[in-house]
Amino acid sequence: MASAGIEISGLGYAVGGTEILKGVDARMPGGEITAVVGPSGAGKSTLLRAVNRLVEPSSGEVYLDGEPTSALDPLALRRRVGMVFQIPALFGGSVEEAVLYGARLSGKDADPRRLLQMVGLDASLRWRDPRALSVGQQQRVSIARALALGPEALLLDEPTSALDEAARRRIEELVTDLNARLGLTMVFVSHDLSQVERVADRVVLMAGGRSEGEWSAEEFFSAAGERARRYIAGRD
Amino acid sequence: MAGLQTVGSALPALGLVAVAVLLSLYERLDLEKDIGVAVVRSCVQLAAIGYVIDYIFGLDSLGVVALLLAGMVLFAAWTSARRAGDVPKAFLIAAFAVGVAAVATLGLLLALGIVPATARYLIPLGGMVIGNSMNAASLTMTRIRDDVTEQSLKVEAALALGATSRQAVSPILKTALQRALIPLIDATKTTGIIFLPGAMVGMIIAGADPLEAVRLQIVVLYMLLGSVSIAAILVGTISYRSFFTPRHQLMPNPGEGSDTSVAPHPGSGSPLSRE
Repeated sequence: MASAGIEISGLGYAVGGTEILKGVDARMPGGEITAVVGPSGAGKSTLLRAVNRLVEPSSGEVYLDGEPTSALDPLALRRRVGMVFQIPALFGGSVEEAVLYGARLSGKDADPRRLLQMVGLDASLRWRDPRALSVGQQQRVSIARALALGPEALLLDEPTSALDEAARRRIEELVTDLNARLGLTMVFVSHDLSQVERVADRVVLMAGGRSEGEWSAEEFFSAAGERARRYIAGRD
Repeated sequence: MAGLQTVGSALPALGLVAVAVLLSLYERLDLEKDIGVAVVRSCVQLAAIGYVIDYIFGLDSLGVVALLLAGMVLFAAWTSARRAGDVPKAFLIAAFAVGVAAVATLGLLLALGIVPATARYLIPLGGMVIGNSMNAASLTMTRIRDDVTEQSLKVEAALALGATSRQAVSPILKTALQRALIPLIDATKTTGIIFLPGAMVGMIIAGADPLEAVRLQIVVLYMLLGSVSIAAILVGTISYRSFFTPRHQLMPNPGEGSDTSVAPHPGSGSPLSRE
């Protein structure tokens, strides 16, 4: 799997006269985990959706590996940039079908056993009904489903918000582990700063539809990022 | 006026409506007003259409029949579009679907010589085709609208995996079409056992040969199955597009903010003044 960097430049998104993104600039370097943090309503989820064009930016550009994504076919772009949502939203009657949903749509070969192993699930689960799994396991299946397309980057929109503490920790470990093993670029929306500290290499702060700064995780969690941290803590 | 007396002689049946009104009052269903409106409207509308049909039978002109059916299609589309509320272009979609369903089924019945090309057959059969297609169109459109809104995250999850709008919406489309068609399929399956269809009952009461009534009823059932399927499938495959952009994105919902995290931020000035 290649790992592409993402660069966001002057990105705007408006719907019905309301500006949700107001010229966002951010860099998510290849092979790193970038956390996008900020109070609710800051536009974090919308920013992720603009990266794989689930929403159409009204201005600005997103570059994937230096390539302007506005020139790409949205379906092709989404096969290169995977996404994991707050809830698993699995399709099909078996775990295997759920894992292969996207790969089958694009006629890609994928090995469900290997994919399940990659996300720490036993390959024997693949005949089970996905609804019979725990939500944490379902979320792993949804990560395996995204990996089945061999993406260059993975967007994670608060992937642990529906999970209990133990399952949350295991997903965090999976994310850092996949990043280390595959060198996969990851963009992680979170409102939990302790989670960000455990997972992220970089931090992008958003507020009111704007990017308000970027730090390495080290900087952000040192004295330099204190004001930003206090700001988020005060708003959440 | 003999005609008015004929219609008027049905009025004692109003006593049965009183039962419904009493039930509504007793159980506080708040349906009395609706029942009242329904009773008055049905009486006026049926009496009016009775006179119109009587008049058209007298004219014996297929052009007038076609005009009347076209009017019925437009009224059906208007009703369906009102039911489907905020589905964009609902009127046009419903008019197209109901129109095609009516033309296709009535056309086939005429082409195969199953019914003669007279007002006596075309108007009542057309009314049934159009009415049932209208219901199927409304059901399909409202179901798709509700499911796309309710399951937007599932739809987006499919889109995010490279699915086209059509692929992403296909489970919703399937449910909507099933919901629209199953009542009629079930009614067709059980017809003659559980209930005798209205048209057949009417013919038998009016003194027609029961076997002739059965023949016509079979024609009616098959015609309805055909037209309702055509209308539902057309509405389904056209109307889902209203909820997507050509780039396979869910159409943004201005002002609704279905996703709390994209709701506009109150007082969204810059919180961190840059040094």
